[in-house]
Amino acid sequence: MNAVPQADARLGVGDRPGLLGVLMLSPALLYIVLLVAVPFFIAIALSMASATVGAPGVHGFVGFQNYVAAVHEPEFLMGLRNSVIVTVATVVLILIFATIESELLARDFRGKWLFQILIILPWAMPVSLAAVNWLWLLDSQFSPIDWLFRHLGLLGPGTIWGPQMHLYYYGQEWLGLASITLINVWRILPLATVIVLAGRVSIPADILEQAQVDGAGIFRTLFQISIPAMFPILVVATMFAALLVFGDMAIVAITTRGGPGYATQLLPFWAYEKGIEGGALSQGAAIALFMFPVLLAGAIWALRAAYRSQTR
Amino acid sequence: MRYVRKSGFYLGLFLFALFSVFPVAWMVITAFKEDSDLYNVDNNPFLYNLPPTLKHIEYLFTSTHYPTFLWNSLFIGVLVVVITLVLAVPAAYSLARLVGRWGERSGIAVFLVYLIPPTLLFIPLYQLISFAHAANTVWALVLVYPTITVPFCTWLLLGFFKSIPRDLEDAAMTDGCSRWQAFRRVSLPLAMPGIATCVVFAFALSLSDYIYAASFVSSTAARTVSAGVPIELIRGDIYFWQSLMAAGAIVAIPLAIAYGLLFNKLVKGFAATSG
Repeated sequence: MNAVPQADARLGVGDRPGLLGVLMLSPALLYIVLLVAVPFFIAIALSMASATVGAPGVHGFVGFQNYVAAVHEPEFLMGLRNSVIVTVATVVLILIFATIESELLARDFRGKWLFQILIILPWAMPVSLAAVNWLWLLDSQFSPIDWLFRHLGLLGPGTIWGPQMHLYYYGQEWLGLASITLINVWRILPLATVIVLAGRVSIPADILEQAQVDGAGIFRTLFQISIPAMFPILVVATMFAALLVFGDMAIVAITTRGGPGYATQLLPFWAYEKGIEGGALSQGAAIALFMFPVLLAGAIWALRAAYRSQTR
Repeated sequence: MRYVRKSGFYLGLFLFALFSVFPVAWMVITAFKEDSDLYNVDNNPFLYNLPPTLKHIEYLFTSTHYPTFLWNSLFIGVLVVVITLVLAVPAAYSLARLVGRWGERSGIAVFLVYLIPPTLLFIPLYQLISFAHAANTVWALVLVYPTITVPFCTWLLLGFFKSIPRDLEDAAMTDGCSRWQAFRRVSLPLAMPGIATCVVFAFALSLSDYIYAASFVSSTAARTVSAGVPIELIRGDIYFWQSLMAAGAIVAIPLAIAYGLLFNKLVKGFAATSG
């Protein structure tokens, strides 16, 4: 701040941090205001109007009518329930797997580069193509997993999973939700592992060595040293995973399409079906807006927890 | 005990690799199969009961718009990366160093922008794009994808710039550098792992998006891989499985190699967000 510029240098923008700061910040800020903040408020206005695809303007103020109407539909309640179940289940599984995987990756071993390529593979696939991949993998007739189960004597006449030859993953409520959860775990685990590993490698090695010298086993070291030290970054990983799962509609749109009936409906896809395919823009916006307070509350809680653990 | 621990370690590696690779391996196996081999329930699905064929991959490249989709995705991805860096790098530095205490603490606010789901924004954004006469072109997507990538990269780089010791810049400025030169010559090179992570992320996020790609672009010539492949190769009840699987594997495998080789850099990129 108090650095003295060369005597002959004029005091340019580069020497005035305040002005430079504003100049460097404003392009991004302007972009975000125009393409996120303004549309966000238009969405709120839209959700309180009676706009349809045929008449898309914001007119005909109806207050909270769209919200009330949304809440009274069974598809909405089911979508909300399912979205929460799938998100929580995915996040819990991902946290467990990412913690284990980062423990493995914190060590050196031969062929580590190859392992890194193999485990990042799901994240290199666009979500919609990953969904298509899993649609075929869990196909009602030609699933190789069903084939394996049949040959292991788990599926087919006279076996524990009944006389049926196929499990029909996407045709049943709980199996459908489990499949959607599994696809989400598969595609998000690489990212979560990268994030958790970043926390794991920043734990000073001597602390872990000291624990080993003191006779702490793998699990004691993990639960009493690694996990508490990684807590803030586990929160970051949780938020990313939750956000990616809760906001995604590609997987459900391509696999179960919310069926059978609306048993596996998820909130974002319901907003899309209602708002775009059904043409009720305002109702779609109202349904989508329900997601925001849920995400906001979750994020604030998580960030406060992380902040508190840091300052403790 | 040591032996048990070691075999547990390798078993763990094996299971994680298997979970990750199995669906993609199934893609690759399927892509080369004859129809009469694929649609026979009695066949072992993991083997080629008939000789493998290239005809479905040929179909993908000659009779569909897949090459166009690939080109569009690449074009959009590269432009989005450039726009994201131009906007996010200076913004993050400015928040971390130049605009005072509220800037340093704005990480949460930046992250909150990232929380607004695309499902909420895409109706008003669509109206905006129609207004700008960009609907149905790749420019619609180039324009909106930074709404996803800029908040994320700003948040990541904000942590990164904050983790660079102020003393380094102060020393440079004592030696006669201006604030801008201190940023260019000292902080920017040190932030390279974070910037590399942003490049990978911005590209991956723009490639992966489905909702904007499917709803803003309805002309085939401007579609991306993400929306174009499912729309063109799933026609009603007819699924072109071999071509669909090939389309996924052709995108994912080269990118996985690139991302995998950058793995340690990606980890470093996130290191600053924990502290």
